[in-house]
Amino acid sequence: MKNPLDTLAGTVTAGFLLTLALYLIVKALV
Amino acid sequence: MAATLELYFRWGHFLAGIMWIGLLYFFNFVQVPFLKSVTPEAKGEAFKHLVPRALFFFRYSALATWLFGFFILGVRGIVLEAFTLQGPAAVIGMGAWLGTIMLANVWLIIWPNQKKVLGLVAATPEEKPKAARMAFLASRTNTMLSIPMLFFMAASGHAPATFFGG
Repeated sequence: MKNPLDTLAGTVTAGFLLTLALYLIVKALV
Repeated sequence: MAATLELYFRWGHFLAGIMWIGLLYFFNFVQVPFLKSVTPEAKGEAFKHLVPRALFFFRYSALATWLFGFFILGVRGIVLEAFTLQGPAAVIGMGAWLGTIMLANVWLIIWPNQKKVLGLVAATPEEKPKAARMAFLASRTNTMLSIPMLFFMAASGHAPATFFGG
């Protein structure tokens, strides 16, 4: 298996999930 | 031997992790709304008999979960690869980083502030609501972080072979 961060699916998934978490955190804070 | 150890560490990781995240979801989805809607007397009772016990199991199960997770990476010999996001270990590495941030939130933000709320350490009447707010925000943050963390845990062993480029 390749490093998932070198793959499109891995990068998009990680980016999406971390952005979602950040969005939900900011939403909960303000 | 290493595989057997890994199995026991994984078992402990699940047990402690369910207790940790179970209590985290209890706080966020049940206890916070409950405390908002009850009488001051009931709130006082809860802070005396319910919250301290829940927080005890919460913070120690958090510690145990992290340690078991670290031991799993240790017997597999991938601690460095995971935390530096190298190769296939990058998937569980993302989960490990999120779990580490969450453990730090528990011990460095939630618990010190809850001690002020519970009166275990001295706090002025002005400090108490601020401490409660900080603990609440860190707890809410951990709830959100648990979503991607669980994804990376699940994906590290069970993503379809093609998902991360084979």
